[in-house]
Amino acid sequence: MAELITTYDTDVILAEQGYDDKFHEHHHGDKYQSGFIHHYIFSMDHKIIARQFLMTGIFWAIIGAAMSIIFRIQLGYPEESMAWLKPLLGKWIVVDEAGIGTLAPEFYYALVTMHGTILVFFVLTAGLSGTFSNLLIPLQIGARDMASPFLNMLSYWFFFLAGVIMFYSLFISTGPFSGGWTAYPPLSALPQASTGSGTGMTLWLVSLTLFVVSVLLGGINYVTTVLNLRTQGMTMWRMPLTIWAFFVTAILGILSFPVLASGFFMLIFDRSLGTSFFLSDIFIEGQALDRVGGTPILYQHLFWFLGHPEVYIIILPAMGIASEVLSVHARKPIFGYKAMVLSILAIGFLSFIVWAHHMFMSGVNPFISNFFVVFTLIIAVPSAVKVFNWITTIWGGNVRLNSAMLFAIGFVSMFISGGLTGIFLGNSAIDIQMHDTYFVVAHFHIVMGVAAFFGMFAGVYHWYPKMFGRFMSETMGKIHFWGTLIGAYAIFWPMHYIGMAGVPRRYYSFDSFDAFKHFTELNKFITIAAAVVFVIQLLFVLNFFYSIWKGKKMTSRNPWEATTLEWSTPIEPIHGNWPGNIPSVHRWAYDYNKDEREYVPQYIPMVEGEEEDH
Amino acid sequence: MIGLVIFGIIALIAVIIVQLSKVSDLASAIKGEESARLQSNNRTAFWLVIFMIVFLVFCVVSALYYKNVMLGYGPLTSASEHGGKIDGLFNTTLIATGIVFVLTQILLFWFSYKYREQKGHKPVFFAHSTQLELLWTGVPVVVMTYLVVSGLFVWNDSMADVAAGEEVIDIEATGYQFAWDIRYPGPDGKIGTKNFRLIEPGINPLGQDWSDEKNIDDFMASDIVLPVGKKVRVSINSKDVLHNFYLPHFRVKMDAVPGLPTYFVFTPTKTTEEFRQQLKDYPEFQVPFDDIDPEGPQRWEMFDFELACAELCGKGHYSMRKVVRIVEQEEYDRWLADQSSYYMDNIRNTDDDPFKGELLGFEIGRRKNSLKNEFIDIVDSDSGEGTINLEYVFFDTGSANLKDDSKYELDNVVTLLNENPEVIFELGGHTDSQGDDASNLSLSQARADSVASYLAGKGISNDRFTARGYGEAAPVQDNDTAEGRQANRRTELKILSKKEG
Repeated sequence: MAELITTYDTDVILAEQGYDDKFHEHHHGDKYQSGFIHHYIFSMDHKIIARQFLMTGIFWAIIGAAMSIIFRIQLGYPEESMAWLKPLLGKWIVVDEAGIGTLAPEFYYALVTMHGTILVFFVLTAGLSGTFSNLLIPLQIGARDMASPFLNMLSYWFFFLAGVIMFYSLFISTGPFSGGWTAYPPLSALPQASTGSGTGMTLWLVSLTLFVVSVLLGGINYVTTVLNLRTQGMTMWRMPLTIWAFFVTAILGILSFPVLASGFFMLIFDRSLGTSFFLSDIFIEGQALDRVGGTPILYQHLFWFLGHPEVYIIILPAMGIASEVLSVHARKPIFGYKAMVLSILAIGFLSFIVWAHHMFMSGVNPFISNFFVVFTLIIAVPSAVKVFNWITTIWGGNVRLNSAMLFAIGFVSMFISGGLTGIFLGNSAIDIQMHDTYFVVAHFHIVMGVAAFFGMFAGVYHWYPKMFGRFMSETMGKIHFWGTLIGAYAIFWPMHYIGMAGVPRRYYSFDSFDAFKHFTELNKFITIAAAVVFVIQLLFVLNFFYSIWKGKKMTSRNPWEATTLEWSTPIEPIHGNWPGNIPSVHRWAYDYNKDEREYVPQYIPMVEGEEEDH
Repeated sequence: MIGLVIFGIIALIAVIIVQLSKVSDLASAIKGEESARLQSNNRTAFWLVIFMIVFLVFCVVSALYYKNVMLGYGPLTSASEHGGKIDGLFNTTLIATGIVFVLTQILLFWFSYKYREQKGHKPVFFAHSTQLELLWTGVPVVVMTYLVVSGLFVWNDSMADVAAGEEVIDIEATGYQFAWDIRYPGPDGKIGTKNFRLIEPGINPLGQDWSDEKNIDDFMASDIVLPVGKKVRVSINSKDVLHNFYLPHFRVKMDAVPGLPTYFVFTPTKTTEEFRQQLKDYPEFQVPFDDIDPEGPQRWEMFDFELACAELCGKGHYSMRKVVRIVEQEEYDRWLADQSSYYMDNIRNTDDDPFKGELLGFEIGRRKNSLKNEFIDIVDSDSGEGTINLEYVFFDTGSANLKDDSKYELDNVVTLLNENPEVIFELGGHTDSQGDDASNLSLSQARADSVASYLAGKGISNDRFTARGYGEAAPVQDNDTAEGRQANRRTELKILSKKEG
């Protein structure tokens, strides 16, 4: 075997070994980088768009989390006066003669609904997948940019517009939509059923329809880019797991969001054109509606045909990020790369044939549920494979416990805790009792809320230097990690017990029921934990913005000594990513401590006698 | 002002944290990047293990502390037949996932500690192992297969409909914003049809179709009352938006969907009283029911099974409560006997009644019995004399033509007269005070005569009775009200005495 080089001068290697795509022979400047507006606002550069998605996501995360604090106060301290919130919430706080302020039930439900909608779509779909797919796909596959930078820009701006409309709906006099993030008709279809189902619902539908457009424009771009713009030597089986995750996520989005859109269109027709896709036999507000023949269950099928893949749209990018971060900071290859890819594909496929497990108790034929139970619980198998592979990746490593790695470890912990409760809920018999109780709230918050956030945080801490050329503060990062890990378990673990006791979710008050009202201490505890975790997230936001200007500067291109291509680009990001040739790839993304070399980037050619072993 | 102070404190804390971070960054620069990083790495690794221990202990301790809210254990064990199986499945799953949970969390945090970055440590290049991967594909497959198969048995068992010929109590629950209406089928055991277009609040809240005779004996109940040990099928309906019929203690849950009636079949296994006895032994149920009244009844004494809504249905979703009482069969029968039909109480002979002015089968049957009792009471009495009001003898308005429906009453009279051939009697016609006396008198005579000729036509001998019109002379009630006048227009059978011999 030839003598091994252990330090790499990237520029020299790229100049010698890279692939000349003649990129710099064309003139690109005007359209992309000239002027503030083209550079930072209507940018077509994937790195800027990624940052736009991230910052918009942070904005929405703060709004969505703040809403959860307000409704947690209602649940934890129903007796306390909320008059102090009157300046913020106005007429939704009803103050009686004694000066005691009460949160209006309508607005409680509006807060719950908006919290769900914002977190699921704006934060964990756009903020997570939008950020990292945009940032990493071109950089890690060795592309100059997305296949269509213009559609990519449109993708962000449709998302932005969706956000503007949703934000506006918070301030209208009848309040934002309040029928739950799933927006089941007839509640969502009939303005007379709830104040929030009037203008608030119209805006909700318009906003999310624009959001679907954003996801589709983004998704088409991600898939096309992964399939067509991989650099020389970057075969599918050499792609980092992040790219596999983003790729499958984008496919899931493309296949499922149009179905949601069709459901939305039917709902819009039912609301405004007098059709009856989802309505039948309704007597409301003293009137029998002349709308027969439809069924609300059709909407649920359409919604969950998106809704279930959607949870994988949320969690797959987090899985990809966690895989990458675990491997880099454990200084070991990801264990079972092919099994990991196959698990992602299996989960992606299965996600399309399990949707009715959200509907066991909805009135669908119980016989049908048998199939959905089987397919749902099969998902436990690829999920288990992934968990064991992550743990084995840490085994025998040389683990750097920095903020990024801690959040990746936390992700695995959360995914285990939340995933296992899915085995209860996926079994339809147990779901008879657990459906729509706090057990479900605990399950999905841990497995796709907190876990996805942990994946996102791991990604932000890890790729922050790539985005901003500086590091985030490690001290603040660790405080953030410990506070979030302990706090998130403190919020959601007790909810399992409340759920086992049968307490239903989406209750404004538990006082009417003797069976539900005896958890006041626990509810207070949860509320305090939620408030603490919220403040700790503000610390992350502080760290994020502080470090953009004041963070420790990046002094080398590859601070984590990682193997993937994004670390071969200059510290100062440029249009087209690489100043000269784009790298050509000679190996998979996980050659850590394969031989004497601590790590071998993908663009390093094989030495004589070396084999690609994975 | 307080807001300002809080903001100030938060800002101060933020500044302190930023400064601390700067200090620690500076310190690491002085100590040298690498040794500082390794030191911090060791510290973090240590805390990961501490976290793991505290977390797992917390999980176990909290589970023990809250064991009484868990399924299939303690005070809240299921009160239905299928519920016990669900609880069993829950606990099987809890054990299987609990083991996996503890093992994987320990491995995750322990490996993170054990393999923390250390100077000079060379990680293992361990990229895959077919055996290991097959192992942890295979083990979950086996465990999941077991859970799926046992789960599906419980599921199909719990969701099974009533077998043909099996006895079942059918009741109906209808959800609307924001309450439930409970309807029982009445003595016929069948719930009548309904149509949402017939709903009239306060008059016909469910839209029952009164032309369907199954509706006639249906009654509405304020509580759900059921006998213990009997299979119940609840038909679940909604008038407006989605609701969900949720009985937490019975492990019953099913959406109420407008336009698509659903159902749930279950068998209560414990009466409310038995369940109270079950709760009695647990300290959390030995506290006063009402905090304001510490001397009052305890929680277990006041316990009731509850019906709740478990599908978001609008701003009052959290308040759709109904009490469910499970009682012994005898008490249930007594309760049933006390209930009266919604139709008879509210609809009968109003303008909404399609049978207005007609006799219904069960009314005829009931009248047959009461007529017979009245008749026999008079005949058996010492004097042997008395008057029976022939309630179901009807004439066309202002005329002496007998309506068809009168034949039931008169045929019964014929039967009774044939069974008691010794009885002689007078048929009396009466009118109200409307109109002039003379015409009332002649109308009442004509009416008495037409009843007499009907009886004669049925073979009752002429010498047993006389027919007489009294006109308006003998009112039984005040002629100033419509009801009074209605009561005064009548035909009477006056038993005079037993015939000699």
